[in-house]
Amino acid sequence: MATSPSDDLQPYDLAVIGAGPAGLAGAVAAADHGLRCALLDAGARPGGQYYRHPAPELGAARPDRLHHHWSVFTDLADRLAAHVAAGRIDHLAHHHVWTAEAGEQWRLHAAVGADSARSAVISARAVLLATGAYERQLPFPGWTLPGVVTAGGAQAMLKSGLVLPGHRVVVAGSGPLLLAAAASLTAAGAAVPAVVEAGDYLGYARRPGVLAAVPGKLVEGAVHGAALARHGVRLRRGSAVVRAHGTDRVTGVTVAALDARWRPVPGTERRIECDALAVGHGLVPQIELATELGAATRAVPDGTVALRVDGRQRTSVPGLWAAGETCGVGGAELAIAEGEAAALAIAGAQPPRALLSRRRRLRAFAELMAASHRPGPDWSAWLRPDTEVCRCEEVPVSAVREAVQELGAGDPRTVKLLTRAGMGWCQGRMCGPAVACLSGDGPQKPDSRPLSCPVVLGELAVLGESAELGESAGLAESAELGEPAGRPEN
Amino acid sequence: MLTRPSHDVVVIGAGVVGAACAYYAAEAGLSVAMVDRGPVAGGTTGAGEGNLLLSDKEPGPELDLALLSARLWTELAQQLPAAVEYEPKGGLVVASDPERHSALRAFAAGQAAAGVKAEEVPGERLHELEPHLAPGMAGGFLYPQDAQVQPALAAAHLLRAARLAGAELYLGEAVTGLPTGPDGAVTGVRTQRRELAAGAVVNAAGTWGGELAAMAGVSLPVLPRRGFVLVTEPLPRVVRHKVYAADYVADVASGSAALQTSAVVEGTPSGPVLIGASRERVGFDRTLSTEVLQRLAAQAAGLFPVLAGVRVLRAYRGFRPYLPDHLPAIGADPRVPGLYHACGHEGAGIGLAPATGLLIARQLTGERPELDLAPFRPDRFPA
Repeated sequence: MATSPSDDLQPYDLAVIGAGPAGLAGAVAAADHGLRCALLDAGARPGGQYYRHPAPELGAARPDRLHHHWSVFTDLADRLAAHVAAGRIDHLAHHHVWTAEAGEQWRLHAAVGADSARSAVISARAVLLATGAYERQLPFPGWTLPGVVTAGGAQAMLKSGLVLPGHRVVVAGSGPLLLAAAASLTAAGAAVPAVVEAGDYLGYARRPGVLAAVPGKLVEGAVHGAALARHGVRLRRGSAVVRAHGTDRVTGVTVAALDARWRPVPGTERRIECDALAVGHGLVPQIELATELGAATRAVPDGTVALRVDGRQRTSVPGLWAAGETCGVGGAELAIAEGEAAALAIAGAQPPRALLSRRRRLRAFAELMAASHRPGPDWSAWLRPDTEVCRCEEVPVSAVREAVQELGAGDPRTVKLLTRAGMGWCQGRMCGPAVACLSGDGPQKPDSRPLSCPVVLGELAVLGESAELGESAGLAESAELGEPAGRPEN
Repeated sequence: MLTRPSHDVVVIGAGVVGAACAYYAAEAGLSVAMVDRGPVAGGTTGAGEGNLLLSDKEPGPELDLALLSARLWTELAQQLPAAVEYEPKGGLVVASDPERHSALRAFAAGQAAAGVKAEEVPGERLHELEPHLAPGMAGGFLYPQDAQVQPALAAAHLLRAARLAGAELYLGEAVTGLPTGPDGAVTGVRTQRRELAAGAVVNAAGTWGGELAAMAGVSLPVLPRRGFVLVTEPLPRVVRHKVYAADYVADVASGSAALQTSAVVEGTPSGPVLIGASRERVGFDRTLSTEVLQRLAAQAAGLFPVLAGVRVLRAYRGFRPYLPDHLPAIGADPRVPGLYHACGHEGAGIGLAPATGLLIARQLTGERPELDLAPFRPDRFPA
């Protein structure tokens, strides 16, 4: 084996974007098979949103208390540490990839550092996209009040900072995250007067075969259910929080029963006092790095758009694989199976049959669950004209409706152009599903987001300095690879 | 089911040019139908910056069109709601060295002879106009007639006004054919859902105008010329005018397929600064080009060093409808009776839309147009 310095400057065999369950599993499995990997993540520590855990400085005694399958994570984290120590994986924390350039050699552009003030280019022969998902929000009157947090945000506050959003927390929205959030909140000492689930779980029961094939999911549900029952938490199905009350802070919510199309049923409203509301309607795959390259997508039964992958987790873009929530939201267990399957495919190894069949069963369950938590077509009936849809740009429902009814906007892009909804900091991640629904454009399409995250202009301005853009391998490439953690500031 | 309403004119294309055609035709008392396969401003208009520029145009037919348009935009600004964000902010063209400054001076003198207002600004006075401009510039020219609108809102409100004047809108319907009569004249428009009989059809399909012309059996060589725009985080008013370097003019006039960038920097009423104007011919490739981003960012920071520290939140791209001689096609097509063209405005469509719409309306009503349309003849290119 040659030992000249240039050997250290080769592109990675694989760059994994995202260090959540799918990315972690993918990186360690790929390294197990001899691939040299870069594991990039916007966060400081591996684990992603799912295995979020307190910073070491907090000295948390038992981070596992808020996690199921914590040992799965610690096992992955240990294997990662071993590979990092052996030089097989470079764990590039605080690397937020904002665009990917496809090719024989991929070039990933990342904003670097906790403040994203620096930048780096990472070259690799293959890319595994494991960027996970973000929470789906459906607005309602009062949702911008302090004390209203996202269900995932409440989980994150607990997992990373051991902070409660309130003492008496209503949990609402749709999807399995609600039960998990409620269980975590009660375990941490909060009262949860109600879990308000808009969907119905009957969908699961209609396909007992699929359920029986994933006994782990039944156990998980039973554990949450038992924990909630112990704390006297009431689950209201087919209902939604249609209004949050309060002036400086939420003091209560109005809950109403929904009809099959999610239209509130008049006369069913009830008020529940609380000092916080954790609300979310499931997760939306975060796929713009791939869709900006033209990757094929598919419509998921929950109303979201995910990447289309084949049996080996390959996207339609050569050299680009995807795993986990980017392929359709399905939870950590599925993400780990898919990350591992993708890594084996990239390494040219044959995935074990057991792995493939586990993945198939979990994916089937995910699709079934997705169908149960798809927002009903008339959920927007609970909106009022002055309800803000886009919080970043403060765009009310009335402005969106005017754009559609008076100004000829027939799709979310045009609504955005005419109202500024989705033009703010979050780039429509918060309001996208609501705007899509209000613009009546049929099935949701992936959002166009050429920059996956904000980039400092001065860093864009010097992009070409470490390597002549557009040129293939050679010295120019080695210049950037010599500094995988980023170009020095000047 | 096919319905057969009768119209004087069907306008194809709900971008700003088509909207202006529909607006002026309806104002002239014609019965108008507007068809687009997508929503309003779904093509190049929605990807534009809203530049209403005289400063970048050399004397000639396009400048004449732009001067007429600038006058019409001031009228429209009175008639349309404030939401269109019309801002007569003026343009400031800066030269980094004395050589470029004297070239700019000669360019401005020619424009002034054609009726453009241009005031020379010596280097030491540039900071009175733009406090954050990089020091050391040789000088510049202020063009007070340069202005800005929010292009999608401008198109939408022009269309709303046209509808109030009686125009009918059929959005989300692709045109599938242009039926002709025994004499070869276009007799209307066929869409996915209906047939609209009309004595005249206006091709305002922008970058897709060549495809539409082909439906009528004629050639119009419209090509896409890609552009990227960077959008920063919202900022206080750090940029007051439309500011660009003198090199921009050469890029606009170039026919090269290769990438050209010269940043045009401007603030917006909503706060973000827009940095625009890359030009390259790469077909309809939507892939983000980091080289374009790099160049635009470097040039913007060169003009306004303070921008180096701000965050770019978004980037978007569009495809300008480009004709080989950089002039739009405006007016009746002598090859196909009843067919009119109003497309191929490249990057100047927002600015040139009102004049285009008015001239088309004049032709449709048989009135004398304000300008000689000969330079814009749609059949001027060899087939």
